[in-house]
Amino acid sequence: MTSALDISRTSPAHPQRGGTRKARDRGHIQIRDVSVEFERNGDWMAAVKRANLEIKPGEFVCLLGPSGCGKSTLLNTVAGFVNATRGELLVDGQPVTAPGPDRGMVFQQHSLFPWKTVRDNVAFGPLMAGMGRTEALSLARTFLSLVGLSAHASAYPATLSGGMQQRVGIARALANYPSVLLMDEPFGALDAQTRIMMQESLLEIWSEFGNTVLFVTHDIDEAVFLSDRIVIMSASPGRIIADIQVSLPRPRTQDLLTSPDFIELKRECLDLIRRETLRAFEQQNSGGR
Amino acid sequence: MSLEKSEIGSPVIDPVDTPATDTAVAGPAPVKRRARRLPEAVNRYLVRATALIVAILIWHWASTSGFNLFINFENVPGPLVVWNALMQEIVSKTFYVHILYSLQRIGIAYLIAVVLGVALGVLMGRWRLAEDIIAPYIELLRPIPAVAWIPLAILMMPSEESSIIFITFLGALFPIVINTVHGVEQTPKVLVRAARSLGASNAAILRHVVLPGALPSIVAGLAIGMGVAWFSLLAGEIISGQYGIGYFTWSAYTLIEYPKIIIGMLMIGGLGTLCTLMIKMACRPLLRWQAQGKNA
Ligand SMILES: Nc1ncnc2c1ncn2[C@@H]1O[C@H](COP(=O)(O)OP(=O)(O)OP(=O)(O)O)[C@@H](O)[C@H]1O
Ligand SMILES: [Mg+2]
Repeated sequence: MTSALDISRTSPAHPQRGGTRKARDRGHIQIRDVSVEFERNGDWMAAVKRANLEIKPGEFVCLLGPSGCGKSTLLNTVAGFVNATRGELLVDGQPVTAPGPDRGMVFQQHSLFPWKTVRDNVAFGPLMAGMGRTEALSLARTFLSLVGLSAHASAYPATLSGGMQQRVGIARALANYPSVLLMDEPFGALDAQTRIMMQESLLEIWSEFGNTVLFVTHDIDEAVFLSDRIVIMSASPGRIIADIQVSLPRPRTQDLLTSPDFIELKRECLDLIRRETLRAFEQQNSGGR
Repeated sequence: MSLEKSEIGSPVIDPVDTPATDTAVAGPAPVKRRARRLPEAVNRYLVRATALIVAILIWHWASTSGFNLFINFENVPGPLVVWNALMQEIVSKTFYVHILYSLQRIGIAYLIAVVLGVALGVLMGRWRLAEDIIAPYIELLRPIPAVAWIPLAILMMPSEESSIIFITFLGALFPIVINTVHGVEQTPKVLVRAARSLGASNAAILRHVVLPGALPSIVAGLAIGMGVAWFSLLAGEIISGQYGIGYFTWSAYTLIEYPKIIIGMLMIGGLGTLCTLMIKMACRPLLRWQAQGKNA
């Protein structure tokens, strides 16, 4: 598990950009007045309601909220899987209309192609981008070593543990050098120990790539540990009710989890969530629907 | 699963120097369990072979003793009689001509059924309009037995040979189409999304996600289709044709040669099983990823 941290020093260079590691100039997300509604039994139900959010290039933002509040829906809208029914959504100035390789996606689980080896899973994106097979495979090798899985390159996904599968998922998404990395509870199915290690190694990788990360979770610890900013959503219809800056120093390690600063910030978050949730409830009850 | 369990199990935990009573009870058990592992697969084949032999013995007893209780065995030739007739057949050249004709018809009909069946299945599974157009035909035609097609096949097809192949083809087609549709429709949404966000085109999604995902189901359809093809071939060959194992069986019936009827039946059963097995074996390398997953 820890091997990911040692190997991540050898960050691969972007082939087209002459070895520039950081993507700090790309990955600007603008969500303006976005609503997403679904039809259910003839009724239209809002999963996301009039969300406004601007994410700077290279920012690590966590989307936090109770189950069913519309976090995945908002993320899927940025990914292009779901269309907004209102408002405007731009990534690097371009309206999002469909999924694309500029926005890499890491799913909660079971998203690797079971019939492809780990290496072929990671090489898939570069191949789709028109890269030659040998080149794509060598790129896959580089990214697998980045996540510490070189030894499992020719294994099939089903033979790997959940944590290893998620690391392959991260390597696969990164192999396209996306300007935005979208992650939907990527560590939600892992045990606590593995989870912390995965969080640490994600931060390591992110510091190398510098891409924008939009990370969905309902774990406050995870959100505080990882992010520059925490965006909190209320229960349905999902609205953005708070936006908290997390100015804990980086690089962050496991030790941070027990530091007074961390605990203080976590308390602030909890208080804010409670306050905002209560206010949202009151608004709804007083006919503010 | 069971493999891991027994390997981690007792041998490691059981120390050699436990009291005599304990070792006597617990000691030998894991050794036995290990020793039995390899023969287990062989064991199952032994059971299967035994089951067949028992059936032959019962058949022998019933036909020699003239068993007649609701089911009448009095005029059924026994296994020895059939065996002797078979020995006579396998030295005659025409017997092999029959088999070759049948194999050729199966080959052609099956090939067309696979290509058309998988293509139709993918089309129906991926495209709702195609499904709505084609599905009624499939549903309506599927229950019609091969024998019922014979008159129409003779009317429509240009030659006797092609009507036999047509009937055989129809038999193989439906299971292949239905299983392909089923497999294609079960493509996990998350994998399609993953592929799209990695930049895959619709064609690439079909090739890298939909088809491989549907393959286990398609292979099942191919195996069933092969069985049904033999089944239908018999019907086609009974009415028309002058060669083929079905014709062989039918002409034996009209000539009242009971041992030859049974030879014909057994040949169809045997060849059908063999062909199905070959299809499964041929597809196995494509499904290696599945076998590995199950062991993990
Ligand atoms: N395709 C869809 N059709 C209809 N309703 C949907 C669809 N997708 C999501 N919803 C509804 O939208 C709401 C928000 O769902 P979403 O999956 O975004 O929640 P979430 O915050 O990700 O929850 P969780 O933490 O459980 O993953 C839910 O009420 C859900 O039932
Ligand atoms: Mg979700």
